[in-house]
Amino acid sequence: MDSHAKTPAPDAAPPRLELRGITKRFPGCLANDHVDLLLRPGEIHALLGENGAGKSTLVKMIYGVLHPDSGSLLWQGRETVVPDPAGARRLGIGMVFQHFSLFDTLTVAENIALGLDEPGRMDALSERIRTVSERYGLALDPERHVFHLSVGERQRVEIVRCLLQDPRLLIMDEPTSVLTPQEAAKLFETLRRLAAEGCTILYISHKLEEIRALCDRATVLRAGRVVGACDPRRETARGLAEMMIGSELSTPERLPPGEAGAARLVVRHLSTTSDNPFATSLKDVSFEVRAGEILGIAGVAGNGQAELMAALSGEALIADPQAVTIEGVPAGHLGPRARRSLGLAFVPEERLGRGAVPELSLSENALLSGYAREPLVRGGLVHFGRARAYAETIIKGFNVVAHGHRAEARSLSGGNLQKFIIGREILQKPKLLVVGQPTWGVDAGAAAAIHKALIALARSGAAVLVISQDLDELFVLSDRISVLFHGRLSDSRPTHETSVERIGLLMGGLFGTPPDEDGEITRAV
Amino acid sequence: MSLIRLEPRGQASKTMVYVTPLLAVALTLLSGFVLFLLLGFDPVKALHAFFIDPVSSRRGIGELIVKATPLVLCAVGLAIGFRANVWNIGAEGQLTVGAIAGGGLALAFYGEGGWWLLPLMVVAGAAGGAAWAAIPAFLRVRFNASEILTSLMLTYVALLLLNYLVHGPYRDPDGFAFPESRLFEADAVMPVLWSGTRVHLGTAFALLAVAAGWVLIARTFVGFQIKVIGLTPAAAGYAGFDQKRIIWLSLLLSGALAGVAGMGEVAGPIGQITPSVSPGYGFTAIIVAFLGRLHPVGILLAALLMALSFIGGEAAQIAMGLPKAITGVFQGMLLFFLLASDVLIRYRIRFGARRAVA
Repeated sequence: MDSHAKTPAPDAAPPRLELRGITKRFPGCLANDHVDLLLRPGEIHALLGENGAGKSTLVKMIYGVLHPDSGSLLWQGRETVVPDPAGARRLGIGMVFQHFSLFDTLTVAENIALGLDEPGRMDALSERIRTVSERYGLALDPERHVFHLSVGERQRVEIVRCLLQDPRLLIMDEPTSVLTPQEAAKLFETLRRLAAEGCTILYISHKLEEIRALCDRATVLRAGRVVGACDPRRETARGLAEMMIGSELSTPERLPPGEAGAARLVVRHLSTTSDNPFATSLKDVSFEVRAGEILGIAGVAGNGQAELMAALSGEALIADPQAVTIEGVPAGHLGPRARRSLGLAFVPEERLGRGAVPELSLSENALLSGYAREPLVRGGLVHFGRARAYAETIIKGFNVVAHGHRAEARSLSGGNLQKFIIGREILQKPKLLVVGQPTWGVDAGAAAAIHKALIALARSGAAVLVISQDLDELFVLSDRISVLFHGRLSDSRPTHETSVERIGLLMGGLFGTPPDEDGEITRAV
Repeated sequence: MSLIRLEPRGQASKTMVYVTPLLAVALTLLSGFVLFLLLGFDPVKALHAFFIDPVSSRRGIGELIVKATPLVLCAVGLAIGFRANVWNIGAEGQLTVGAIAGGGLALAFYGEGGWWLLPLMVVAGAAGGAAWAAIPAFLRVRFNASEILTSLMLTYVALLLLNYLVHGPYRDPDGFAFPESRLFEADAVMPVLWSGTRVHLGTAFALLAVAAGWVLIARTFVGFQIKVIGLTPAAAGYAGFDQKRIIWLSLLLSGALAGVAGMGEVAGPIGQITPSVSPGYGFTAIIVAFLGRLHPVGILLAALLMALSFIGGEAAQIAMGLPKAITGVFQGMLLFFLLASDVLIRYRIRFGARRAVA
């Protein structure tokens, strides 16, 4: 470590990091407004806030990716300017981003070497990786190629990369969004051990239960300002959520399951193969979704969710038309347009860049899928007046915060864009709705609204399929739950007859059926 | 720290979309001024000879329109494809085949024409261009072969085909073995629209293409699909837009328009089939399409500007003894400055060092 980081005496220790009046303005928005933050040595500190509250901007300034317009940053009691991420690493600040930056075709050690400022010799590096990963219980083989690794293991690569630099402050951005509950529990052990050794951890998450279980203190941001600080262990999850959104939270009521009607979506023996070595093939997947019910499919990302979504939406065609039937019509060979006219509506996992075109206005984005079931196109000509009206209906009906129908899709926060997309699909009165990751990265207020809308849709007689990694969400929404693991789907169980732990084990590969070779690797971890 | 920095704008600047072409023209003129000065010419006189003299007569303006006509026809079609990420680089070849097909009809019915011949030639020209563009479309849709390469390579095939025909089957039997066809008869020639000039019916087609292109892009659902495919192919797949259909449509359309342009050249200003039907209209149209921001009205203006560079180059050769390459130099500078100043749409220039954090 560099001499910048003076090791303080343990008792009279100055704060590890202190922010005073940090302000950052972007064209058209005040992202951080006089933010104060104090991180003590060895504490696990939560940074809480809705999407767009300014959390990412703040940590990017700590890590030197962005620079504040005004305000000061004190590192171990000394006023410091963090010029860039390399400078942050020299100070002893490490960051694990929400989205990994790993090369699939390189080994763990090679990936780590690429991220270090002075990697040194490869064999020595591998040895250091082994030492550090053993010390913190992060099982990792430096010689393995990254494409073999599960998402949890990939995250370990990122964490180990930070730990090799002996950080005094570790920033974790939504680290558990891709982990099974068991993997998350292991991660918490590691973080607690790090904190016990004096490393400060700044933990960003929207999963409130986690924060209550893990963190010592929490700072809550709303609209770029600090609105409160608390000890999360003494608050309820509901109380934390209300601090975040600044109003009372309405949780969706668990209505008694409606009478499950006719099967709207039937999938029989669906298998896919792919030329892409990084894709997961679906293996003999069968299930059905009935009118009036919500089926949840759980699973850690990369277990075939993307392939299943594409097979259901029609973006990937299936040779056997009978493999997917919608409303009794064989649809495996039909494209998205034909499936939409059978009554399918679809919300993809990627909001920006698939569910919506970033550069286009909301009224044009309303047309994107709305053309199929709304009278927006006549005689080959677009009826722009009606597209605008449709966009306005969605904006009003789903409380989308946006500057009207003219706003570009990319100008919306994640939660508002997701409300818009889900509204666009629901208002087409679909008979069957397939949703991927409905509330991933969405703030608590918007998530509650989305959950409510999905439940209301099912109770009105539509069949709803939710594919999600968020078990809390699936337990709130679903009538039945299945688990997708390595391209295989488990039998579904009624939600009230199962538990988070049981589903978590299935997500880790403990199926009733003997797992294949890959399955054992993940189980061994 | 550098004294001049580029700072990202939050949003693309709508004003800059319109300002940068003008800026590019201004910078081109400025560089031309310096260039002429360094070459030892009087820059004011040279620029005057290049840009003003050619359009200071009725005949000159007519020539400007004659040159702009094929550029507009080709560029409108190309722009529709470019918007959908379909990169047809071979408009020159499609133009040539349009000339071969339309002109071939004129020769086939030599001496037995009628009022029906010219409309038939227009259809044949469009069909010839479309057929030539159908080859890269098929290869792209069926084998995922890059249309950039295939359409460009087919241009040279078309030029060789033309060369063969004017040396063989199309050659004027009474032409002393010169590689040229007979002069077309009156029934096979585009009527002149503006007396005293060579402005012909093709100009009306070009204006029609501008209007139809605008309606297609701005008003139709197909135009919306093109836009979505061009911006975000994954969203187009999600929405169920058929990308293969759009590839076919945009290549056939741009091929047909280029074919009409080629037919209009042989049945218009040239009046016969010669070994060189076009001085590179099909390639220049690519610059025109981008200079015009892929918008039909912008293309109309850009085509006039590029046409001016053609006739200005000729005029400057004659009046000042400037080298022939001057046309290409000006066209290249224009494209260069346009692409360079496009950075201003997403970024703004800031002077002075970045403010240090207190």
